[in-house]
Amino acid sequence: MSGGRRASWSFLTGAVLVSLFAIAALVSVIWTPHDVSGMNISARMKAPGGDYLLGTDHFGRDMLSMIMAGAQTSLAVAIIAVGIGMAAGVPLGLAAAANRGWLDELIMRANDLAFAFPALVIAILITAVFGPSAVNAIIAIGIFNIPVFARLTRGAALSLWTREFILAARVAGKGAVRISAEHILPNIANLLIVQGTIQFSLGVLAEAGLSYVGLGAQPPTPSWGRMLADSQTLVGLAPHLALVPGMAIILSVLGLNLLGDGLRDMLDPKLRVVRT
Amino acid sequence: MTRGFFACSAVTLFFSVPALASKLTIAVQLEPPHLDPTSAAAGAIDDVTYANIFESLTRFAEDGTIVPSLAESWDVSEDGLTYRFNLREGVTFHDGTSMDAEDVKFSLDRARGDDSTNAQKGLFAGIAAVNVIDPRTVEVTLSETDGNFLFNMAWGDAAIVAPESIDTIKTNPVGTGAFKFSEWVQGDRVELVRNEDYWGEPAALEAATFRFISDPTAAFSAMMAGDLDAFAAFPAPENLIQFEADERYKVLIGSTEGETVLSTNNKKPPLDDIRVRQAIAHAINRQEIIDGAQFGYGTPIGTHFAPHNPAYLDLTGNSPHDPEKARALLAEAGHGDGLTLSLKLPPPSYARRGGEIIAAQLREVGIDTEITNLEWAQWLEEVFRSKDYDLSIVAHTEPMDIGIYANPDYYFQYDNPRLQEVMSTLRGTTDPDRRRDLLQQAQTIVSEDYVNGFLFQQPRLTVAKKGVQGLWANAPTQAVDLTGVSWSD
Repeated sequence: MSGGRRASWSFLTGAVLVSLFAIAALVSVIWTPHDVSGMNISARMKAPGGDYLLGTDHFGRDMLSMIMAGAQTSLAVAIIAVGIGMAAGVPLGLAAAANRGWLDELIMRANDLAFAFPALVIAILITAVFGPSAVNAIIAIGIFNIPVFARLTRGAALSLWTREFILAARVAGKGAVRISAEHILPNIANLLIVQGTIQFSLGVLAEAGLSYVGLGAQPPTPSWGRMLADSQTLVGLAPHLALVPGMAIILSVLGLNLLGDGLRDMLDPKLRVVRT
Repeated sequence: MTRGFFACSAVTLFFSVPALASKLTIAVQLEPPHLDPTSAAAGAIDDVTYANIFESLTRFAEDGTIVPSLAESWDVSEDGLTYRFNLREGVTFHDGTSMDAEDVKFSLDRARGDDSTNAQKGLFAGIAAVNVIDPRTVEVTLSETDGNFLFNMAWGDAAIVAPESIDTIKTNPVGTGAFKFSEWVQGDRVELVRNEDYWGEPAALEAATFRFISDPTAAFSAMMAGDLDAFAAFPAPENLIQFEADERYKVLIGSTEGETVLSTNNKKPPLDDIRVRQAIAHAINRQEIIDGAQFGYGTPIGTHFAPHNPAYLDLTGNSPHDPEKARALLAEAGHGDGLTLSLKLPPPSYARRGGEIIAAQLREVGIDTEITNLEWAQWLEEVFRSKDYDLSIVAHTEPMDIGIYANPDYYFQYDNPRLQEVMSTLRGTTDPDRRRDLLQQAQTIVSEDYVNGFLFQQPRLTVAKKGVQGLWANAPTQAVDLTGVSWSD
C-alpha cells in the first residue's frame, strides 16, 4: 500500500493554516500594515474594509497588525513552552524508563503531583508570585508540559527496553545513557513530534486564556487573549472586535490539531503497521 | 361558586398590584468591606449607607449645596468659633432609642479622638470641644474659624452613630435614616427596608436591594436582562449608546467630584524634576483619553478641582497637548535619549484603558512605560501606602479634596510650603470671596507645579429602567440616595 506515508487532507489543511500564522508572525517582526501600538482614537472601531483590512479596535489600532503581532506572541510563548516541556520532560522520562527503580518512582510520582494541579491554577500561582508577564506565562505553560512529555517518553521507552535490538546494544557494552540517546530517542522521536504539535496548540490556547484573564502578556504587547478581553463590553457595538481575535485563535488551534493528526497518521508506527 | 370567584379575584388582585413597584434593586460596582462609614475610606460604604442608613448633622443635596439634616437649624457666633446646632425632634435610631445631643457628642468625639479610625480625621481637626446644652441642643467650639465646617459635617464620615450599637456597626449598622439595614449576603447584596418611624418624609420604596457587580460585562448583561432596576455609576461608558437606544431604559449623565489624574510620585527621581512632570503634562492629549477610555463622557480639567464648582478655574491652558515642547523639556532635563517609568493601574476601565492611551502618548515623546495592572487591594498597598510607583491613574472622588496636596505624606509626596500655607489660610477664612480667591490660588499652584497629570472629571453615569424616578444624576459626594426614589406608573 502506498497510502501510509502520503500527506493526508488534514495534514495539508493544518500545514497551510499553521504556516499562514507562522508567516504572519515572522513578517510582523519587520513589517505590519500599520503601527501595532499606534493609536488613532478618531478612527476607532472601524468596520473591516478599506484602509484597515480587519477594522480597528477601540483605540483605533489596526486589527490586522495586532493579529499579526499577536501571532508572534502566541507562537513564541507556545514554542518556548513546548521546548521547556520537552527539554525537561524527555530526559526525565528516559531516565525513569532506564532505571526502573526508586528513581522511576520518584520521577513519576512527582509527575503525578504536577499533573494533579490544573494547568491554569499553576499559571495563576506563578503569576501571582512573580507578577503577570509573557515570560511567566511561558514558564507556567512550560511547567505544565513537563509531565506530559515525561509520561509519554517513559511509556514509549519502556516498551522499547524489552526489544532485542536494545538487548543487543547492552550486550555490546553500551550504558543506559548511551542506549537512551542512540537507540531509544530516535525511535520515539515521531511520537514526541506528534505530541509536541498537540501541546503546541494547547500552548496557544493557554496563552490566550492567561492573557484573557490578565495574567499573560501585558499591554502594549499585543495578544489575542487580551484583544478578546478588551472587546468584551464592545461586542454589541462592534462585533468584529471579538470575531477577529476569536477566529485567529480558532484557526490556529484547529490548524495545529489537524497538523498533529496528520503527522500522527504519517509517523505513528502502530498506524503504519496497520496500513502496510 | 362563591369560593371560586373569591380565589379568582384574589389572583387578579395579586397581579394587578404591581408587586415590584415599591421595591428597587440597584447595583453598584464595588462591595463595601464593611458598613461603618466612620471608620474606613472605602467609598463603597457611603454608596450604601449615606442618607439611606446614616445621617449627619448637615447633608449634601443633589446639587452639592449643604442643607439641614439631623440638625434642624444652627446659629453661628459672631466670631465664627461656636456653632449651636438645634436637633430635630422625635428622631430615633433604627433600634428604637432616641437620637439626642449625647449621641452627637459621642459621634464627634469618637471621630476626632486620638484612637479614631476615621478616614477623614481632618474634617474634625478644628473642633476644640463638643458640649451638650440640652437633649436637643449641641454646641461645637472650634479652635479657629473654619469656613468649611458645615460642609465637613455633611460627609458620610461625620455620620451620627449610637454608642449602644457601635460594637456591631460594621455588620449591623444602626442609623437614623429612612431605610433600615436588613441583611447582607456577602459577595452579592445588601438589603434595606423602609424605616416606618422615620422623622422626615418616609421613603416611597418599601425595600431596596444593593447588588454588587464589579465586572462591566456582567453589569451590562444584568441590566439588559432586567434583573436590575438601576445601576449607579455604570462602569462601561461604551454601553450607554445601547441603553439610550432601548426604550426600556434611561441614562442619566451627571457630574461627580471625581478628578481623574495621572498620579505622579513627586519625590521619586526623575519625577522630582518639574521639567519632567511638565513634559508629561504636555505629552498628554486629554481629548483622546476622554474619547478612547470614556467614549466621550468626561470634562477635561487642568487642575485638581471640579468644573461644576463656582470657584473652578479652567487651567487646561497650562498643559496643552504639545509633543514638541515635551521632547524639548525632557532633553533639557537630561532625558533626551529616553526614560522608563512604571505605570501601575487599578481595575476600573478608565484607568486600564486610559493607561494604554497615556502609554502610547508618552512613547511618542520618548518616555517608555512599564504597565502593571493591579487589583484594588494591591494598588492600595503598593501605590497608596508604600508609594512604590512612578505613575498611576485614579479618580479622586472626595468632594473639594484639593487639600490632599497640602499633605506631604500623601502618596503624591508633593511638598510645597506655599500651597500648605494657602490651604491653612483657607481653613481660617469664612468670607466667600476671599475663600474663592484662595481656592483659585491653590488650583493655580498645583497646576503650575504639574504635580499630577490632570486628565478629566469623571461623569456620573446612571442607567435605570424608565419608571424609576428620583435617582440622583449628580454625585456631590459618594452616595446613592434612595430616599427620594419612587416608581412612576
